[in-house]
Amino acid sequence: MIKRDLMAALWLVFLGSLLGMTQATAQTPEARGLEIAQEVNHRDTGFGDYQVDMEMLLRNQHGDESLRYMRSRVMEVSGDGDKSMIIFDRPRDVKGTALLTYTHKSEPDDQWLYLPALKRVKRIASRNKSGPFMGSEFAYEDLTSQEVEKYTYRFLQETELNGQPMFLIERYPVDENSGYKKQQVWINQVEYRAEKIDFYDRKESLLKTLVFQDYHQYLGQYWRSGEMVMQNHQTGKSTVLTWKNFQFRNGFTESDFKKNALKRAK
Amino acid sequence: MDKQLAAILLIACLLFPVGVAFAEWSAEFSLEGRWHTEEAVDPQQHSGGLSLSGLAEYYASWDGGDQQLVFKPFFRTSEYHDGRAHVDIRELYWLMSGDDWELRVGVDKVFWGVTEAYHLVDVINQADLLENPDGEQKLGQPMIKYSHEGEVGVLDAYLLLGFRERAFPNEKGRLRTHPMVDVNNAQYETHKDYPGFAARWSGSLDDWDLGLAYFHGISREPRFELSLAEGVPVLTPHYDVIDQVSLDVQLVDDDWLWKFETLYRSGSANSYAAATGGFEYTFVGIADTDMDLGVLLELIYDDRAELAATPFNRDVFIGLRWVGNDVAGTEVLAGLLYDQQNHSRFLGVEASRRLVNDWKFEFQLRRWLGIALDDPTYAYRQDDYFEAKLIKYL
Repeated sequence: MIKRDLMAALWLVFLGSLLGMTQATAQTPEARGLEIAQEVNHRDTGFGDYQVDMEMLLRNQHGDESLRYMRSRVMEVSGDGDKSMIIFDRPRDVKGTALLTYTHKSEPDDQWLYLPALKRVKRIASRNKSGPFMGSEFAYEDLTSQEVEKYTYRFLQETELNGQPMFLIERYPVDENSGYKKQQVWINQVEYRAEKIDFYDRKESLLKTLVFQDYHQYLGQYWRSGEMVMQNHQTGKSTVLTWKNFQFRNGFTESDFKKNALKRAK
Repeated sequence: MDKQLAAILLIACLLFPVGVAFAEWSAEFSLEGRWHTEEAVDPQQHSGGLSLSGLAEYYASWDGGDQQLVFKPFFRTSEYHDGRAHVDIRELYWLMSGDDWELRVGVDKVFWGVTEAYHLVDVINQADLLENPDGEQKLGQPMIKYSHEGEVGVLDAYLLLGFRERAFPNEKGRLRTHPMVDVNNAQYETHKDYPGFAARWSGSLDDWDLGLAYFHGISREPRFELSLAEGVPVLTPHYDVIDQVSLDVQLVDDDWLWKFETLYRSGSANSYAAATGGFEYTFVGIADTDMDLGVLLELIYDDRAELAATPFNRDVFIGLRWVGNDVAGTEVLAGLLYDQQNHSRFLGVEASRRLVNDWKFEFQLRRWLGIALDDPTYAYRQDDYFEAKLIKYL
């Protein structure tokens, strides 16, 4: 009796380890995609905070151009999504308007908009994330913190982009209010940073392509793109977002990302 | 007021350091045409014309941004000499902030509340009715404000120095009462320099935004009594001292914004409770475009009912907000306010669109429909107007 139980236990251990081995050798595409996303996130963890100037050049299908200037401050929050504040400088009619965002890993982000003419802070309904940011080809959700938990993943293949080895992964927004069904992301195999994203709309047709250019490394670790080019394939419009004057570790605290700070941001 | 302003300026100058880290001037000018579509109640009243206004802003910051000086003067001139021409210091304050506190000394504007149709609990600043009958434009209020930030919220304490009387158009002006308000003979329960005090705690917890406030001081809304001035009937404004407690709440739930404001106000003339609340639901990306359409519904309740000095007593507000999300930032807000008791209706439309290089266009339409004799807006019943405004930013 005891012997038979022992034998059964040994079999279980044997089968179990066999299962473990197959998992290690033949990882599912989902697990591999997630692993890559986690590594991207891991390498970008610990930057603390940064501030940066943003310039947006909007171009429509006829070649008409329009400019926007903004400043952004971002603070890393341990155990939750980043906090950020964007202050608008141009166009002039929105000068002094400021957007405060608390991103969350699994819940919808919290957003408040400060309107300087009325001195009023307005809460933004959480679904508005899929809408265009300042009339540009960037949606709000493209510009907020890309937390790992906001997507599920699938590894597609190893490939090349501009002669560099890439992981091509697909990610699917968890939030049903996202404007996208899926995104295909080219991730640099050496630096684990995104080089290109194809956005597919809810009907799964190709909507936009985002290309990250002019990467620079800060604090010897953190890569930031200096120029992002977003091309809308369905409308022919495009937006070039230029990031200038990155400054890391400014010593921002929680109170720099509260409503009072929003009201005195100029 | 003048003495206080001088004192504020002096303090600001004393604190102003030699080396300002950042300073800039900016300004906006707007040329506005307003046309009334109906014949005035009183033949002295004009039918519309042009008006020019300007708002400048000086902003300086130093001490790593922890200290700021803001100065915002405003003026309006008017073609038709209707009393709309005025100047005001919208803002002139010095600000200092630390890790969890902020101090503001000077003239400033403060907004409380969450609703769209009627800003019930918003009590700090006097409404600038010469600018717009909707009361959204405010006169600057001299104050000392101290804020302390906690984990979830912030506590603001206000000492309000000096009272700003409400201004009204003169005999040529539209959007005025008949008989006219005797602005030179305002009556005070105490005196004009009676200081005010206010405190407000506001915070955000998950999907909730909350504000709890107390105000003591001269009511910004005067009460009117019919009297005679040199044998002519006039409305004499009476400014009472009031105590007000208020609560404002907002809940965000996906595409829904739920809003609620309530107050209890007591004064020597009367005491009452009032509330307003409702929702804004946004259809995001309507018809597969970038456009959003918001639907607003708000109810307004005042327990004084038709005795209330305000038209906002038992009303329903239905509104539509269309946002183009385009390069020009086109927006249209249309709303209908309906008085459930006397069936008076008010229709308002506001639209704006950015033009090329620092220019903006705004349009406004206001109509008073079927206004009942006992409604406080009865005086405006023939004052329907539309307004076009061109704004240039410098």
